[in-house]
Amino acid sequence: MTDSAITARGLTRRFGDVVAVNNVDLSIPEGQIYGFLGPNGSGKTTTIRMLCGLLTPSEGDVSVLGMDIPTEAEALRHRIGYMTQKFSLYDDLTVEENMAFICRVYGLSRSLAAERIRSRLDRYGLSALRERRAAAMSGGQRQRLALATATLHEPDLLFLDEPTSAVDPENRRDFWEKLFDLVEDGSTILVSTHYMDEAERCHQLAILETGTLCKQGSPAELMAELAGRVVEIQGQGLRDIKARVLALPGVRSAAQQGLHLRVLLSDNHDDPVAFLRAGLSNPELGFQSARASLEDVFVAFTNGSGER
Amino acid sequence: MSALQRIGAIADKEFRQLSRDRITFGMVVMIPLIYLLLFGYAINPMVRGVPVGIVDLSGSAAVRGIVEQVRVTQVVDIVTSYDTPAEAEEALVAGDVRAVLIFPSDLTQRLAGGESVGQWLVDGSDTSIGNALLGLRDMPLQVEAGAPRGAYRESESSFEVALFFNPERRSAVNIIPGLAAITLSMTMVLFTSIALVRERERGNLELLITTPIHPLELMVGKLLPYVLAGFIQLGIILGLGSIVFSVPFQGAYLQLAIITLVFISANLTLGLLISTVAQTQMQAMQLTMFILIPSILLSGFMFPYEAMPVTAQYIAEALPATHFMRLIRGVYLRGADAQQLASDITWLLVFTLIMLAIATKRFTKTLD
Repeated sequence: MTDSAITARGLTRRFGDVVAVNNVDLSIPEGQIYGFLGPNGSGKTTTIRMLCGLLTPSEGDVSVLGMDIPTEAEALRHRIGYMTQKFSLYDDLTVEENMAFICRVYGLSRSLAAERIRSRLDRYGLSALRERRAAAMSGGQRQRLALATATLHEPDLLFLDEPTSAVDPENRRDFWEKLFDLVEDGSTILVSTHYMDEAERCHQLAILETGTLCKQGSPAELMAELAGRVVEIQGQGLRDIKARVLALPGVRSAAQQGLHLRVLLSDNHDDPVAFLRAGLSNPELGFQSARASLEDVFVAFTNGSGER
Repeated sequence: MSALQRIGAIADKEFRQLSRDRITFGMVVMIPLIYLLLFGYAINPMVRGVPVGIVDLSGSAAVRGIVEQVRVTQVVDIVTSYDTPAEAEEALVAGDVRAVLIFPSDLTQRLAGGESVGQWLVDGSDTSIGNALLGLRDMPLQVEAGAPRGAYRESESSFEVALFFNPERRSAVNIIPGLAAITLSMTMVLFTSIALVRERERGNLELLITTPIHPLELMVGKLLPYVLAGFIQLGIILGLGSIVFSVPFQGAYLQLAIITLVFISANLTLGLLISTVAQTQMQAMQLTMFILIPSILLSGFMFPYEAMPVTAQYIAEALPATHFMRLIRGVYLRGADAQQLASDITWLLVFTLIMLAIATKRFTKTLD
């Protein structure tokens, strides 16, 4: 077995004239949670679908778990689990019926299926809901059911396409705990998201925008790259100040966050506060250098910033 | 004013949606076209050209003249002749012909004595055909070729007519097995076409295609429960038909099961094909209606197949219901066995395989 669960070179997918995914190179290591971070329409779902063989790439080579995709996609299906963006189990079946159905589709023996279902019900807190039809469950419960079902055949690789978009923050937290349990057991997880807090939990991240991979790395690495580029400004009339800040050369973006204005600079500065203070020359304002957040990373590396 | 504006807004939106739903938009045009062709052109309740055979036991020279006079009525189309009455009856059971005209060996004496000159053996299960042949009973006959116009022989009736399979001429006898064909056409196609489309609409399909399931496994698995449903429907219709309408069952249950199974399969695979074309349940329903209406009108359920023009018969031949109509009436009313009806069974089997192949091919496990 290779050390990379997924490698892709020059992965491209066109729909007519639209390039949904453009020349993406990926190397996703085993045993980690790898995140695709990007806004809607950035090509996350299309990329995932190509990686599990549901879409044929227009160009590029893909190897998943050592198998060539899409030629070996059928064989791959036994070793991957896929949790779709929209709940895709049967609303009119109960929790247990849905799980039993998937076990049979994957060809699990009756005894093995019974054992797996029992363990998943237990692990994902679904035991009390086993007789409940999926239609009558809450968003968080359905999402736990979807994850439980996706892991019934113990896949080596799990694809989760925006798994928490219909879930409240507390359930989202629990959900991520389950993901780390799975990684602990040896699974590799590829998850797409447009939530920064979720992206921050990943071991590695790829930032996607309009089908292009803008930046890859661990959240910590990515944020460290922005050292000396983030400054918070406090004072009166922040809306006006924002306009003036944005007009300054060397300012990448400015966004108001409550009582302060968060400014991202285009280049790293040893003393970013001094740089901005000189530019604005307003003694009533308070300046403070800040640690970069993932949102800063996202802003810094997208929008054609040329920072690849 | 604002009410008008809101009505206009809804109408405008509706029109935009309609014009973007290709299948619905197509139906707007196709339904009147099809109806016009079916009702205006193909359907003719006047029975013409019923296929019949001749058995001549007399060897008399008069036969030719009589046959010619029968032919010009255009009620029947003389397609073949048989050597013995037994052979002819077999052909009647098999459905090769709808009636047989037998000239007895004592034809010459009968002609002289003013008796009827022959006997029609008629498949009377379809009352409109039975009635058409009964109409020939008293047709005037000229004795000799070349006799002056209007010189007809004096007799009680020209022919005797024996109505087989439905001597009381009850329409229920013919309609109830036909109803089984129509019911199965409708429900089987509709159930399956909706079943797969529903999975797509609800997003289940996106999950299924990531599993190791093969398209053919998915198709066959989806069909099996509906096979059972089809047999339940058949049981209800024929059971009630027998109890309430006293439709006699002449055939064997095994034969009935075989022909029903091939017909259900043909309809289910047709439904599957529709489900690979339709994007929504609404579209699946419309496409089903598109198949169903010709099935009701052209299959021989409402009007005798023989009474339709050739073009309509070609369309009818493409519909599974037409073949099953022949099969079930043959087995149920005339006690025919599958061997005698092999061509219709073969046709349904080939239809099933072709539909299944196309549906499986169209249903690829990718989202391309």
